[in-house]
Amino acid sequence: MLQVLFDALSLGSLYALGALGIALIFGVMRLVNFAHGDVIAFSVFALLWPSTDAVAIVFAGQMPWFLLIPFILAVGAGLSVLSEIVVFRRFRHASPATMMIASFALGFVIRYFLLMLFSSRPKSISLLPALSQPVEILGARMPLLQLITILATIVMLFALSVFVRKTRFGLEMRAAAENFTMARMLGVRANRVIMGAFALSGALAGAISIILGAQTGTADIQMGGAVMLMAFIATVIGGLGSLEGAVLAGFLLGAASVVMQTVLPPEARPFRDAFVYGAVILVLLFRPQGLISARGTKERV
Amino acid sequence: MTNLPKVKSVALRTISTPLILSAVLVVLALITVAYGSRPFNQTMIDIFVRVILVTGLYIFVGNSGVLSFGHIGFTCLGAYAAAWLTMPPMMKELSFPGLPAWLKALQLPYGPGAVLAGIFAGVFALIFGRILMRLSGIAASIATFAMLAMINTIYANWESVTSATNSVVGIPIVRTIWPYLIGAIAAVFIAWAHAISRHGLALRAARDEPTAALASGIDIPKVRLVAFTLSGAVMGLGGALMAHSIGVVTPDTFYLGLTFITLSMLVVGGIGTLTGAVMGVVLLSLLIQGLRWLERGVPVGESTFALPGGLQEILLGVVMIVILARRPSGLFAREFALPAWLGAGRGKSSAAPRNVPAGDA
Repeated sequence: MLQVLFDALSLGSLYALGALGIALIFGVMRLVNFAHGDVIAFSVFALLWPSTDAVAIVFAGQMPWFLLIPFILAVGAGLSVLSEIVVFRRFRHASPATMMIASFALGFVIRYFLLMLFSSRPKSISLLPALSQPVEILGARMPLLQLITILATIVMLFALSVFVRKTRFGLEMRAAAENFTMARMLGVRANRVIMGAFALSGALAGAISIILGAQTGTADIQMGGAVMLMAFIATVIGGLGSLEGAVLAGFLLGAASVVMQTVLPPEARPFRDAFVYGAVILVLLFRPQGLISARGTKERV
Repeated sequence: MTNLPKVKSVALRTISTPLILSAVLVVLALITVAYGSRPFNQTMIDIFVRVILVTGLYIFVGNSGVLSFGHIGFTCLGAYAAAWLTMPPMMKELSFPGLPAWLKALQLPYGPGAVLAGIFAGVFALIFGRILMRLSGIAASIATFAMLAMINTIYANWESVTSATNSVVGIPIVRTIWPYLIGAIAAVFIAWAHAISRHGLALRAARDEPTAALASGIDIPKVRLVAFTLSGAVMGLGGALMAHSIGVVTPDTFYLGLTFITLSMLVVGGIGTLTGAVMGVVLLSLLIQGLRWLERGVPVGESTFALPGGLQEILLGVVMIVILARRPSGLFAREFALPAWLGAGRGKSSAAPRNVPAGDA
């Protein structure tokens, strides 16, 4: 029982972090960033030296953890900001569909760039191996990593909410998310806010890539995809643009997946995802604006 | 009311678009036949299949302005339905032991099989659409994606009826180009006929001005449902023909990869126009082929010039970004139409009503 709870929480953490990364960018520029998953993959591969061998040549990954973690976060943030400067800045006034396809095209470019350097074979890496040792808490055995994932997510969410609520930059970002034109007229610098949102989102992608890399022990150019899709769904059912909603929905989705895995009869288990997605459609039917609807996204007449 | 003559004049004013597009497709087919090489023939068949898929996507996405990530699910339904209908009974026994006996004994030629597959997909689109069309905007997009994921999960796990993730082999392969050409032209004309029909006009009105459309008495979920069903059927037909063009189906053939490729072709071509749908496929496919050709190596004097592997996809992505940055509403934001002096209508009104670029998604 406790095991289920921790499984749900750690999967939910992953989805919540991903959803937050997508919601941050959506909030300031109405962009659904499909390149997010590829930023996750890129952050892991930044640790490796380019080669097409199956065994990874660890390069930057040999750093001690207190350097390694900031390094990955910085790589994610850097790539994300770069993508804003090079690509998305040109799409500020484009329709959401156009931006979405542009972000998909960018993700495509990043993925095949990685493929060119590293080949499509998954590579085994040992990222922070100390974390996979099991620990025992209240009678449930689980890897230390799971515990750290949950704790780190809580810390990050707390830090982020303080940042968004208490700092000037956070205030500017919330203002921009609510009414971008008005915020600019009141002296919020558009480029700075948008770049800040991209940097935060990229750093969150880096955090996900650390967790995924340590969990699976492999680096795979596809690794960001599955998390990003779930995160994307979480962002929408949370209420697009609402950060709290994204986090809440991320945890709910994680919980739904884990709970269905244990509750469903064995012959229905392979179809688990079909049930999860069915639940997503149901939630959308009853709350098309999302669980927590953000102000400023409703249509005005 | 004076409805009838008016509809006729809209048809006359806009028929040049599907005619020109069909002419483009016929010319491509004739070049292929004249050229006579097999790989080239296969490339062209792929292009025609994608024309069907993207045109099907346009019927819903272009007219409603709601981005759908789920249409490839109908392609999946159509492709498997074609496999069920056209494979020899013995092969079916191997791949699909769980099918009902009458279906196992049945073996149709590919033509009726493809039409039935389209109808099958259309029926499912009608059922899903009944539920999904109440949503709009990004919620609808995500719900269609959830539908795609559901279809994929079911087809990838229902061992006895879909052979799960194993490739289904034994679908009769059709190598002549004509059925694909006919399918593509049929899709273009279906899309055109829908676009100028009462439902199509109402749907585009709802896309551009939802509040005004609602106030004018347009039942938005209903007109969306019509387009969704029709486009689901066209996607199913495309799926059936796709199955016959490659001879193998797996559930993952019809998942995110194909979804994004078809959506990209539509958006790069021009999301709001039929011309954009068709020409987006043709141009992007030719670009992909050209890059593949460069990747294989081109003799330049003594040496061969070849792109390193993987660069093809990167260049494709870069080209797409550049096109979208330059022309956010796609390459063809206006329909192909005969110039006014050729008499395709009365002067200024020869610009078809669907020339408006897509609004919100």
